[in-house]
Amino acid sequence: MDLGALFYDLFFDYTLRTVALGSAVLGIVSGALGAYAVLRKQSLLGDAMSHAALPGIAIAFLLTGSKASLVLILGAAIAGWIGTLFIMSIVRLTRIKFDSALGLVLSVFFGFGLVLLTIIQKMPNANQAGLDKFLFGQAAALLERDVITMSILGSIAIITMMVFWKEFKLLSFDPDFGATLGFPMRLLDILLTTLIVLAIVLGLQTVGVVLMSAMIVAPAAAARQWTDRLGTMVFLSSIFGALAGIVGALLSSSIQRLPTGPTIVLCISAIVIVSLFFAPRRGLVWNWIRVRRNRGRLHIEAILEDLYSLASAHDNPEHAHSIAVLRLMSSGKGGVDKSLKTLEEQGYVRSVNSDQWALTKAGVEQAQNLMKIREGNN
Amino acid sequence: MGFEQFEIQLIASVVAAACAIPGVFLVLRSMAMMSDAISHAILLGIVLAFFVIPDISSPLLIIGAALSGVLTVSLVELLNKTRLVKEDASIGLVFPVLFSIGVILIARYAWNVHLDVHAVLLGELAFAPFDRLIIFGNDIGPKSLYVMGTILIINLFFISLFYKEIKIATFDAGLAAALGFSPGLIHYGLMSLVSVTAVGAFDAVGSILVVALMIAPPAAAYLLTDNLTKMILISVVLGVISSISGFWLAIFLDANIAGAMATMAGVLFVLVFLFAPDRGIIAIARRRSHQRWEFAGKMLAIHLLNHEGTQDEERESQIQHLEENLRWKESFARRVVHYSANNGFLLVNDDRLVLTTRGREYAKESIVDN
Amino acid sequence: MHLDKVGSLNKGDLDMSENAIEVEDLTVAYQEKPVLWDIDLTVPEGVLMAIVGPNGAGKTTLIKAILNLVKTAAGQIKIYGKTSSDQKRLVGYVPQRGSVDWDFPTSVKDVVMMGRYGALGWIRRPGKEEQKMALSALDKVGMLQYAERQISQLSGGQQQRVFLARALVQDAQVYLMDEPFQGVDATTERAIVSLLQELRKSGKTVVVVHHDLQTVPEYFDWTALLNVRLIASGPVQEVFTEENLRLTYGGRVSFLKHNGENGVSNIGQRTG
Ligand SMILES: Nc1ncnc2c1ncn2[C@@H]1O[C@H](COP(=O)(O)OP(=O)(O)O)[C@@H](O)[C@H]1O
Ligand SMILES: [Mg+2]
Repeated sequence: MDLGALFYDLFFDYTLRTVALGSAVLGIVSGALGAYAVLRKQSLLGDAMSHAALPGIAIAFLLTGSKASLVLILGAAIAGWIGTLFIMSIVRLTRIKFDSALGLVLSVFFGFGLVLLTIIQKMPNANQAGLDKFLFGQAAALLERDVITMSILGSIAIITMMVFWKEFKLLSFDPDFGATLGFPMRLLDILLTTLIVLAIVLGLQTVGVVLMSAMIVAPAAAARQWTDRLGTMVFLSSIFGALAGIVGALLSSSIQRLPTGPTIVLCISAIVIVSLFFAPRRGLVWNWIRVRRNRGRLHIEAILEDLYSLASAHDNPEHAHSIAVLRLMSSGKGGVDKSLKTLEEQGYVRSVNSDQWALTKAGVEQAQNLMKIREGNN
Repeated sequence: MGFEQFEIQLIASVVAAACAIPGVFLVLRSMAMMSDAISHAILLGIVLAFFVIPDISSPLLIIGAALSGVLTVSLVELLNKTRLVKEDASIGLVFPVLFSIGVILIARYAWNVHLDVHAVLLGELAFAPFDRLIIFGNDIGPKSLYVMGTILIINLFFISLFYKEIKIATFDAGLAAALGFSPGLIHYGLMSLVSVTAVGAFDAVGSILVVALMIAPPAAAYLLTDNLTKMILISVVLGVISSISGFWLAIFLDANIAGAMATMAGVLFVLVFLFAPDRGIIAIARRRSHQRWEFAGKMLAIHLLNHEGTQDEERESQIQHLEENLRWKESFARRVVHYSANNGFLLVNDDRLVLTTRGREYAKESIVDN
Repeated sequence: MHLDKVGSLNKGDLDMSENAIEVEDLTVAYQEKPVLWDIDLTVPEGVLMAIVGPNGAGKTTLIKAILNLVKTAAGQIKIYGKTSSDQKRLVGYVPQRGSVDWDFPTSVKDVVMMGRYGALGWIRRPGKEEQKMALSALDKVGMLQYAERQISQLSGGQQQRVFLARALVQDAQVYLMDEPFQGVDATTERAIVSLLQELRKSGKTVVVVHHDLQTVPEYFDWTALLNVRLIASGPVQEVFTEENLRLTYGGRVSFLKHNGENGVSNIGQRTG
């Protein structure tokens, strides 16, 4: 498919436009609220919440017979919340640890959801088909009214998040301090958790319960690499989420047998990988370069100091020494010649003859400075 | 009951027992979510191995696929080491990628073959008896029974061989290192067991419900005993009960068997959570209400003792004052006074409370206890 | 263990309205395990007080109870005569440094501005005014040049000073600080101490959980010795005696060398 045609379809093809809009909404909301989940070390709670939502979807359908997204989203949200409450009370009341409680609730709720789904599938009711798109998601099945529902709920979530921006920041960074300021932190916690549940259930129809947690964790983890400010992080996280959502959903709707959820997850994971490697300052590549550069600098400084200490054994600090001695002193780490060349360019050393090197006046000063700095640090 | 049904229950029980054993250590070592990551990630291993060896119960496929589980663990650890993301986030980043690749490969290339996207989640326990192991022309039973049986035996063997080492490494990693067992080695050994078990069980219960069988029975057992051996035994028993009752639930509802097994594992957990003799929430509530009286009595005795011989003794030892200062409701304060007087800790003198010698001793003991 | 309170100041001696903090019969328990037993503590206005006691003595818990952060089993706490939930604006808090995630994506200035959130109330965002206050507080603790830094790039002592600045912008009457000297070098410690003494001179009340017994008489004018129950509290000269320290630290005071009248001049070791 050529790009021009895709763009044409994006604006004029009803299905594609709906899909793109829906996934953009899902990406923005899960990206923004996922940032809070990740910062509060609740990444895996998102996984449990999304799995726990499955029985809620099934029960909502069984009770109402409706497949309207609002009904199913509500069911999913209630079940997700109940799962979360279960986890919290298991941890609070028993000695079972958080991660075990997560695994327990996640798998048991999901298993129960599957039981309900298989029951629904066998019901003599023409309307039952299609609920299993909630497992791996199916962007192509999004209808305009689904997208409208998602947009309204998503806007509510985002607006609430912005209204309580400062309170949520306090909650995520230092809840005890917030409580001493008089804010009802327990209530804010409930509110933020509800928004996170909402962000998760909004995406279930598109991404599916199995992989929705990735849309909570990955955009935020990627965004964190590029910035040190909460606001920027939330913004970037939304952008990343929307980008992955749109690209993944469009790919999966235009290519046969490409399940939506996994495709979106691969898109967002690509963004994560790029961020981990190439984000300025934090990224692995930058780190690697920094370490290399530091190592080079340290080596050069070491040679300068070696020359200085050799020279201070003589009366003349500019006394020349052979390169062999310097090699010995740098304990075979190599690169002595290269470092000497660099130092010569900087005017700190001069070669007396082919393998005799001496400090210049500037070199002596520089060496003294370096040693002073080092002492100051100790 | 048909013979097939019996065989299904037998396979399910063996699967549950094999899962429960490594599960105990996952629960104790706070690594339950690692099993979630592994059980998802092995899908990719299974699919890739399946392209090479198209027989899902072949030992080579199982080992190949299990490697992907161990790979996941090291990937997570590698990501942790960069310190660019928090530990929980690194688990949540790694396994969705591997799982997604697996699902896409199945959807695109293994469509209509043995694997399909639904079986990934649901398992195919109902079909397990149809795949027979035939040796020299004799049908000696369902293949998956032998596969899971072997894995169960490997788990039992590994655990009993390294029982002491695993136990120390679980409860005191520092000591284990000092004694010369490498905690890293034991960690990877366990993760390999989890991976092999998850791959073996995959065929029967799918990739997510493995987690239910690994975590729910040990979590329940953890509320029932403090003894490691007993915990393993109880987990196995609870796992087997979940699988058999789950089977019948599935028959009754005409629903998926693996899902019903997970549901029953959850139901059993809730029962234990409520009724466990010491750590169940009913027992806790009962103990708390008892302790509340005892505690209030102690508090009162210490309060009186602290103010004995001080200027404000007169004021501090009045019943009305308890209400004001200890923030006790009047009815509660009267009941505590009654309780303490009954135990001989104090005397009531015109609304003034006076400690008895016994009460004084009791108060001092209570303080020293801390 | 003895139960006599030595040197405890009698409540009757002070006019109630002069007390910054009054704790009466406070008992706190975690899961029915008592951590503080029947504490009576009065902190007069304008003192610089050290809370000392061994690890696990309940010092943090006492501070949190005063701040209404933990549930109390019994007793009451008053800040200037009213319950602390009515007096939130009057109290500033410096938590233990390790209680937050320093990798949180935020800047030094932002953290300090959090001290104004209470005064701002719901929803209103910090503005120019708050920035100015934050910068001037950072200046006071010598951290002005770090205002725009990401907080993970700070050393332990710098983190501590950021928390201090955050409490300063709260503009409180009473400050409660949990181990503000932890991980701080000697120079910074002096700077913080003179800051605290300045606060006291301007009429504020400052309560500090402190670990270094040696510096108590030098830094503080008031002290409370705590070990599950209150051993003693009052002016340092009266209360900080070898006898009381022995009661507080149990058998672990063998390192206390008795020298001079009240034995505080030669306590030669750090505890905790
Ligand atoms: N959240 C909690 N749950 C249970 N026990 C706690 C909790 N916080 C503190 N404790 C216990 O209370 C005691 C006092 O703790 P703390 O106030 O932190 O002491 P300190 O600050 O003097 O070292 C310790 O024994 C500690 O183990
Ligand atoms: Mg403490």
